[in-house]
Amino acid sequence: MEWEVVIGLEVHVQLATQSKLFSGASTQFGAAPNTQACAIDLAMPGTLPVPNEEAFRFAVMFGLAMNAEIGRRSVFERKNYFYPDLPKGYQTTQLAEPIVGPGEIEIHLEDGSSKKVRLHHAHLEEDAGKSLHEDFHGMSGIDLNRAGTPLIEIVSEPDLRSAAEAVAYLKKLHSIVTYLGISDGDMSQGSMRCDANVSVRLKGEQELGTRTEIKNVNSFRFVERAIKVEAERQIDLLEDGGTVIQETRLYDSDKNETRSMRSKEVANDYRYFPCPDLLPVELSADYIEKLRGELPELPDAKSARFASDYGLSAYDADQLTQERATADYFETVAKSSAEPKLAANWVMGELAALLNREELSIGQSPVTAGQLAGLIARIKDNTISSKIAKQVFEAMANGEGDADTVIEQRGLKQVSDTGAIEKMIDEVIANSAKQVENYRNADEAKRPKMMGYFVGQVMKASKGQANPQMINEILKAKLDALL
Amino acid sequence: MSVDKQTVEQLAELARIAISEETIDEVGKRLGNVLQLVDQLQSVHTEGVAPMAHPLDEVQALRPDEVTEPDRREEFLQLAPQSEQGLYLVPKVID
Repeated sequence: MEWEVVIGLEVHVQLATQSKLFSGASTQFGAAPNTQACAIDLAMPGTLPVPNEEAFRFAVMFGLAMNAEIGRRSVFERKNYFYPDLPKGYQTTQLAEPIVGPGEIEIHLEDGSSKKVRLHHAHLEEDAGKSLHEDFHGMSGIDLNRAGTPLIEIVSEPDLRSAAEAVAYLKKLHSIVTYLGISDGDMSQGSMRCDANVSVRLKGEQELGTRTEIKNVNSFRFVERAIKVEAERQIDLLEDGGTVIQETRLYDSDKNETRSMRSKEVANDYRYFPCPDLLPVELSADYIEKLRGELPELPDAKSARFASDYGLSAYDADQLTQERATADYFETVAKSSAEPKLAANWVMGELAALLNREELSIGQSPVTAGQLAGLIARIKDNTISSKIAKQVFEAMANGEGDADTVIEQRGLKQVSDTGAIEKMIDEVIANSAKQVENYRNADEAKRPKMMGYFVGQVMKASKGQANPQMINEILKAKLDALL
Repeated sequence: MSVDKQTVEQLAELARIAISEETIDEVGKRLGNVLQLVDQLQSVHTEGVAPMAHPLDEVQALRPDEVTEPDRREEFLQLAPQSEQGLYLVPKVID
């Protein structure tokens, strides 16, 4: 039997506002517990929420980037449930009239293909606080700093067909929200969290299978694993004649399994109703059009431009534009070195390897874009070979200054002086009587291969600094003269 | 019309309200009356009438994105029955 996995994602993105969605309390991450939870966030009697205009601006920008319909009129509703990190006893959210309506984005898969994924809608809502369950003599500690922080919840249609597609979709959303600057996208701080609705069905079947919801997965890698392991569980269950129960499940990354979250799933009844404290929000068409005009260049457009302006392959252009900071870095290097292809190779090669090894973001790179451009200029004008350039790069990464300083201080300048190279070659030939003899006696067809030994010796004598092209030319002339 | 026992118990659980066994019938009857009123409202002809989100025919004003609230943690913690290390303490809750 061939099974098909069907996935829809609900992604919560924390908006990068200074203050909360309905109060003037700070949203800064990492403050001491409850120092950023004001009377409104605590649901003190007599308080009245007032929505943050920046949260609306960000939500509209997101909708425009998703080619979605924008809700000119949006309404807040109360979603009622009891949990100690939700002081009001309801979450203020949107349901029937969300700020962002249906839209669509294109995702890029590793095999080079693309796919359109439909957006069901996206709405504005407030985050809850945090419960801490350890070390309070059998009680739970509540930190409400996060309560009221603005989120957009982005709901996709069930258009994704594999864990890999789900990850590609998430990466695309991450890319878009960080390009727009509406979220820092920092998953380790919970700025982007994901619930995955997963079901399976026999290939060719039209109707959807019963789905389960995996809650709160907060890294790309875990989303991929959680979906894979949950799909496998459902397939095993169905192949053994069982049935999938619609329920909420939790992914345990240590055991790499999902498990049921609530034993007695009291049919969730959130009893939504329009929030009497908040009037409908109306946005003018002019306002929306003004924001449309202010949108920055988005990843797809940037990728297409990089491919055409800099002659990059579609794959390279795509890789370089996933993160705005990487794209900006590349573009600075490409422009100031006027060598876009070398720039692309260095950014995706040595630089990416360095950042990966040191676990740094590109914004924290020890080698600046200007320094890398300087290095590339020295490769281009033959001051150094690409092999030596790697040494110079490492030195720059260690804070030894820019390329010219490192080349000067370490004496790495490529030797292109004919006399010096000839001298080294003469010495090598003089010390390699046996190899010279072999060369002379060898077939003409085999000689080019045998040259490798001599080139290697000369390179060694020059500590890698001799111009390789010149070695080849002079060496061949000298050896052939001995025939 | 009366709301049955099982529904009353489920509603009580959702609302986190304790309802004693002997009052369940009475609560069910009263809820039934409320539902009757709702039924009456449901019978009103509303085709072509947009659902009302708010009784006031006004539009929400928004506020600029500025931090205006100072830290008043110590005052607020005083109001809680129990607190520790700046956290509000509540009976243990785990999903």
